[in-house]
Amino acid sequence: MNRRPFLKLVSALTIATALAATAASAETIRIGAVAPKTGPLAGGATVTQWPSIQLWVNQVNAAGGLTVDGEKMMIELIEYDDQTNPGETIKAVQRLATQDDANFIIAPYGTGLNLAAAPLFDRYGYPQIAVSAITDQQADLAAKFSNMFFTLGTTTALAADVVKVLSGMRDAGQMGNKVAMVNVADAFGIELATAAKPLFEEAGFDIVYETSYPLGTQDLSPVIKGAAAAAPDAFVAWSYPPDTFGLTEQAMIENLDVKAFYTAVATPFPSYGTRFGAAAEGILGAGGVNPASPAFMEYAAAHEAVTGAKPDYWASATTYASLEILGQAIEAVGLDRAAVSAHLKESTFETILGPISFDENNSNAAFWTVGQWQGGVFKGVASRGRDGTVPVILKDGWE
Amino acid sequence: MDILVTGILLGGTYALIAMGLNLQYGVARIMNLANGEILVAGGYFAFIAYTATQLSPILTIFLVAPLAFALNSLIYRVMLQPLVNRAKSRGQLESDSILATFGLSFIGVGLMLSFFGGDYFSYSFMAVPVEVLGNTYGANRVLSFVMAVLICGALYLWLNRSRAGLSIRAIGTTPASARLVGIDVKALSAFTFALGGAVTAVGGALISTYLTLDASTGVVFTLKALIIVIMGGVGDVRGTIVAALLLGILETLVATLLDPGLTLAAAYVMFLGILLFRPQGLFGKKPT
Repeated sequence: MNRRPFLKLVSALTIATALAATAASAETIRIGAVAPKTGPLAGGATVTQWPSIQLWVNQVNAAGGLTVDGEKMMIELIEYDDQTNPGETIKAVQRLATQDDANFIIAPYGTGLNLAAAPLFDRYGYPQIAVSAITDQQADLAAKFSNMFFTLGTTTALAADVVKVLSGMRDAGQMGNKVAMVNVADAFGIELATAAKPLFEEAGFDIVYETSYPLGTQDLSPVIKGAAAAAPDAFVAWSYPPDTFGLTEQAMIENLDVKAFYTAVATPFPSYGTRFGAAAEGILGAGGVNPASPAFMEYAAAHEAVTGAKPDYWASATTYASLEILGQAIEAVGLDRAAVSAHLKESTFETILGPISFDENNSNAAFWTVGQWQGGVFKGVASRGRDGTVPVILKDGWE
Repeated sequence: MDILVTGILLGGTYALIAMGLNLQYGVARIMNLANGEILVAGGYFAFIAYTATQLSPILTIFLVAPLAFALNSLIYRVMLQPLVNRAKSRGQLESDSILATFGLSFIGVGLMLSFFGGDYFSYSFMAVPVEVLGNTYGANRVLSFVMAVLICGALYLWLNRSRAGLSIRAIGTTPASARLVGIDVKALSAFTFALGGAVTAVGGALISTYLTLDASTGVVFTLKALIIVIMGGVGDVRGTIVAALLLGILETLVATLLDPGLTLAAAYVMFLGILLFRPQGLFGKKPT
């Protein structure tokens, strides 16, 4: 059998495709994305980070692309999985900057991975609009890396607003002042617990039970039983996704009798609401949005239509907003990265969360801090400078 | 009392995690680092069956077991049999199989990611309290403990009473002599590997009723299983059960009386202690 004609055809096709690809990439904006698809943070990134990127690129391209210097340019997205490993994040950012020649890079997912990548973003002059990077070091970081921006708030704000919400409930005579506070023994959990403890004490709360547990603990019943034995009025857990689920289930089983129940990361995930159904009513968690705002409703509908999944009620919308900001900055000043960074510092951007601008520390000062499951929806009950907070309700049993 | 029951329940979970690996490592001599991925896959199956058709995980395990058996048998035939044929010594097979199954674990994670996505999967099944000896425990944990007892008991009886079981133990003890008395080592090793995979996947289905899993969590379970198998003694069902229960009770004891933050440290201290004073494991035989 003569295979030559087939081979020729294949090579011709290959060359043609290669040429077409080069031709196409000449008119596209290459945007890199690096975040976990595997590893411990993959579960969070799959809910919060990747779908919003997919949605934004999809919407921009469906509209014909971004307008740069009067010309429409499509977005070409280059994705890397960093395996939740800071070393891989660094390698991927380097590769995007040097090999792939990316015009812009979307900030990684998670505080640690964002911090690991910051020096490289800085060295190659890429603006880094971080979302899932909550820290109190924002002023120092912004001073060190002038292109690094923060959108989701600070650790202290997150902890302080929980204290504020609980103080409000206590001062209204809805509950006493005994608090059980636990945390996962990992970066964010420790940082939150450290920030929260003096704030609780300052507000006159009595911390009757306090402990930490290792990440990945498979049986959290000793934690809940220990808390229950101290008969607290409020239970606060600075927790991560698997233990957020585990603590809630144990509290249900033990019928933990508290007026306020708070778990941190993953409480605003739609899968949390589906899992616990009616038992989730009244549970407080980190974050929040204004789910009744038309902008969020439109975003949530598009999110589900394009990605097949619902967004979470916190960082999903902020991730999307960070991309809206990047897009608007590119349309305003073009593909010059230094000009985009300068523009980010001085302008105000219209996003689905409302207007966002960055202060002298490159931080967005308007963000959500505490939310609560009410009627199957996670609604914001406390925020810094955002509209649409709803009154907090008491946790009334687990049925 | 409460500590003891909680600890024993947790021990049941650990036994489910480690029993399959014990079979695979003890008899087929495959140190299967993709063990955790099989477990997570079993959990996924139960999750999908429950959310899509409301099929109870207790029934799902009867589907999971044959499917996992077939899958593991395929893995053994395609991927591991060549390694077994090629290996000149037990040591070589162990290091080869560690490398091969390490790669397999990545393939497992990748496949699950592409089929199911990386989201957490968790559902509420029997998350109601039951009272045991005056204290309350999650019904799903109690159920999974009962299933662990049944599975381990059945395995123990089968390995000690049936002819096939005795042959398997013979291979576990001295593979070379087993051949001389007419045992088909090749076929039985493949069978045991597949059986181990089925037990692991069933464990995963049961565990998914109370733990939140995602595509990448497999490695956590592989590590736990490894520790338990080594502590208990390779190739002995009793050793795995005792080691799993000891670990469960120890962790609960430390979490309740000292601090939940110290559970990991306590587990590793116990592991180190056993390695120092009984390197062959609690029930393991000294190498002759």
